[in-house]
Amino acid sequence: MWSMIVLFGAPNAMPKWWWWCFVGLASLVGLIIPSFTGWDVHLDLSIIFIFGMLALSMGFLWGFGGMLSFGQTAFFGLGGYTYAVWGLNFEETTFAMTLAVALPMVVALVLGYFMIYGRISAIYFTVITLVVTIVLEKAIRATSDERFVIGDVWLRGQNGISTVPDLQIPWDPGETFFVTGVYYVAFILMVLSYVGLRLLLTTPFGRVLVGIRENERRSALLGYDARRYKLMAFVLAGGLAGLSGGMYGVWGNFVAPEMMNLNSAASVVIYVIVGGKATLIGPLVGTGIVQVLTAWLGTAGVGQVNLILGLVMIAFVMIFPQGVLPSIGLAILYCLRRVRGAARGGKRPAFAPTDTALRREE
Amino acid sequence: MTEAVVYLYQIGFSIGIFILVSLGLAIIFGMMRVINLAQGEFIMLGAYICLFTTQAGVNFWVAALIAGLGVGVFGIIVERVLIQFLYGRIMDTLLATWGLSLFMVGLVTTVFGPQEAGVEAQLGKVWVGDYSIPEYNLVLIAIAFLLLILTFCLWRFTRAGLIVRGTMQNPGMAAALGVNTRLCYMLTFGFGSALTGFAGAIIAPIIGNQPTMGSFYIAKAFITVISGGHLPLVGTLYASGLFGATDGIVSYFYTQVLGEIAVLLAAILLLRLLPQGITGYFRRGL
Amino acid sequence: MAQAEYLLETRDLVKQFGGVSAIGGVNFRLRAGELRCLIGPNGAGKSTFFKMLTAQHKPTSGQILFEGHDITRAQSHHVSRLGIGIKNQVPDVFDGVSVRENVWLAARYRFQGARANQRVDEVLERLSLGALAEQMVGELAHGQRQWVEFGMVVALEPKLILLDEPTAGMTVDETQRTAELIAEANRTSTIVVVEHDMQFIRQIAQLVTVFHQGKILVEDTMQAIQANETVRDIYLGKSGIA
Repeated sequence: MWSMIVLFGAPNAMPKWWWWCFVGLASLVGLIIPSFTGWDVHLDLSIIFIFGMLALSMGFLWGFGGMLSFGQTAFFGLGGYTYAVWGLNFEETTFAMTLAVALPMVVALVLGYFMIYGRISAIYFTVITLVVTIVLEKAIRATSDERFVIGDVWLRGQNGISTVPDLQIPWDPGETFFVTGVYYVAFILMVLSYVGLRLLLTTPFGRVLVGIRENERRSALLGYDARRYKLMAFVLAGGLAGLSGGMYGVWGNFVAPEMMNLNSAASVVIYVIVGGKATLIGPLVGTGIVQVLTAWLGTAGVGQVNLILGLVMIAFVMIFPQGVLPSIGLAILYCLRRVRGAARGGKRPAFAPTDTALRREE
Repeated sequence: MTEAVVYLYQIGFSIGIFILVSLGLAIIFGMMRVINLAQGEFIMLGAYICLFTTQAGVNFWVAALIAGLGVGVFGIIVERVLIQFLYGRIMDTLLATWGLSLFMVGLVTTVFGPQEAGVEAQLGKVWVGDYSIPEYNLVLIAIAFLLLILTFCLWRFTRAGLIVRGTMQNPGMAAALGVNTRLCYMLTFGFGSALTGFAGAIIAPIIGNQPTMGSFYIAKAFITVISGGHLPLVGTLYASGLFGATDGIVSYFYTQVLGEIAVLLAAILLLRLLPQGITGYFRRGL
Repeated sequence: MAQAEYLLETRDLVKQFGGVSAIGGVNFRLRAGELRCLIGPNGAGKSTFFKMLTAQHKPTSGQILFEGHDITRAQSHHVSRLGIGIKNQVPDVFDGVSVRENVWLAARYRFQGARANQRVDEVLERLSLGALAEQMVGELAHGQRQWVEFGMVVALEPKLILLDEPTAGMTVDETQRTAELIAEANRTSTIVVVEHDMQFIRQIAQLVTVFHQGKILVEDTMQAIQANETVRDIYLGKSGIA
């Protein structure tokens, strides 16, 4: 984490010019890619962008709010089902997508109120969000009976809903986004959420949130009501996860309880720890790496992807607890300082271990 | 009258399951502060060991003991390979054991396939009026309470239990008094794993064995131990009683899923009112 | 509401941990503008007392009044908003962010926008922390971290400042500078200091309160305290008092 700060500046500082250049360049590349590639690539990339938003919601909450929430997967599923149910009932998708963001936010608000205002410890928070995800999945699975309808839509239990409507163009509801259109929507939403969260960190809200992550007691002694800030962050992240879930429904015209089972929750954690949670770009990069890896494993004929993902997860926790990006950053920094230090005989770099803030909670 | 007996049985059975699945975690998480997300897979492993030993012709009860021992040994290996590097890093134990859980599910699926396989425990039925209750389920309730009481006695009245409690409270001081704390942590983790494995074997006959069966119990186990608070054994007893009763009643009248949802809501409400868990205001005990 | 006679008043304040009584009935009164020192041997309950004043511990019984408001059951952030700032015994700062960000987080609570930044510059200037402004607080030495925390408290401009061992781990020069800073802050704020360094106390104190075994033993000027037999007895064998 410190390596990233030293290399790229504090995450709370206003982004430098090169960051804007990077974002601009990346957007340009993202927008012209469809001109040179086929639908298969558009589909593969769209899903990375969609999962990227989900990873971003967890990475933001974990890295900058100090809250590891597995509820993101539950909000993801909730967003998907909300979009599907509203869209099928009313044959209208713009509001359905809005609702896919809003409903998870409301649920996050209620759930977060009980957990955050109850002042349960960080680890209990994590476990409770996990349990919520597990139970929600079970609840959806239990809806295979034809009694379980919302409006005209039968939830179909573990079979999922495979008739999720395409996303209509908001200003021209007669037309829908098709593969390439979905690609653009997913890409633009991902870039907007990344830039939005990055800028949010520079606002007083974001800076106070990081302060609370660093030391909740001190924040309270300065007059900040830490619970309010944490709850707001939780609600915001819940909305982003819901958006990602709605887009997932659009992408595959399909929602199912698997969206929120333990394996999906684990995947999101893996995206974030592979990319590292010290930066917001980390979760996005991690999503890309892991998605490409799993796709490759799938075609390489490894039967159980879980087996490999489990090992990847263990390896990262044990060996690169900071994730790929910060580890690379650390290596660069180390080399830089070695070169400079050798020239000057200067002082050795002093690195703090990884997430002191989280550990201090226990 | 018969109605009342049946309710009582439902509740008792539900409490028994809660105790069985959370007792091992009460040791591993409640005492050692290690979040073991692979707890469900330890249960699964116990069930599978029991399955294969009974298929080899071994008596079910002997097989259950073998399952306990086997998972205990497995737990010790896990402690040596993974956990011992992560003491005090509670979030990291959570993530690493989650990786372990994925790995174990993947491995068992690859080796034995995803299909269900049942364990038979031949016991008869008891008739209460028009209702039949499997005798095995009654034995299960008895075993659950017996295990809890035995663990309590082991911790409370034996020298080994005293040493373990001392070490968990203050490892530095225990080490200064000549306790081999590394060994102590290792064996305690092994003990918790053995309890879990044994529980898995005992549960095996009432549900089919499946590589993913662990995920049925992980939520129950964690809710119970967290809500129990800082006294793992007493807390587990109270929390199992509370949630088991909730689950038993709601499941009996409605559906199992609703039972589980009711338990979750009860736990969230409980933690809002008593953030330290049920035993948060108890000063001493186990 | 009528102007309260005392800025801070506690009535029969008691704190028990388990069965052990850390504070056993403290009646403490402080007038606005004072610079009071609390002394007493280790375990006398000074830090516990401070933590109760700022709602880091809940009192077992008794009452705390600040400007006539009952803050016994308030939460930490309420207490801060009413105007009490505290520097805890162990440096209690935001380790993972810069010195400037630390002070800004404090200043931001009182001032908006550009005014907050201006306030940060003032405080950094006064504490001579300007050169360290962009450093990560976690990388600083113990004494410097204490100053950062002191700076955060000053930036809040509280009516009452509580300082728990502000000079622990500081060099003679740093201690000297801290004494000046405290005197300076005392022009606008009421201050209570817990200290062990008698030299330092003689330099700054007006009234001194002696804690012993969770109670107030005496309250007097430094000269009188030094002449007090009982105080000598409880400190006997300690090198602190001279």
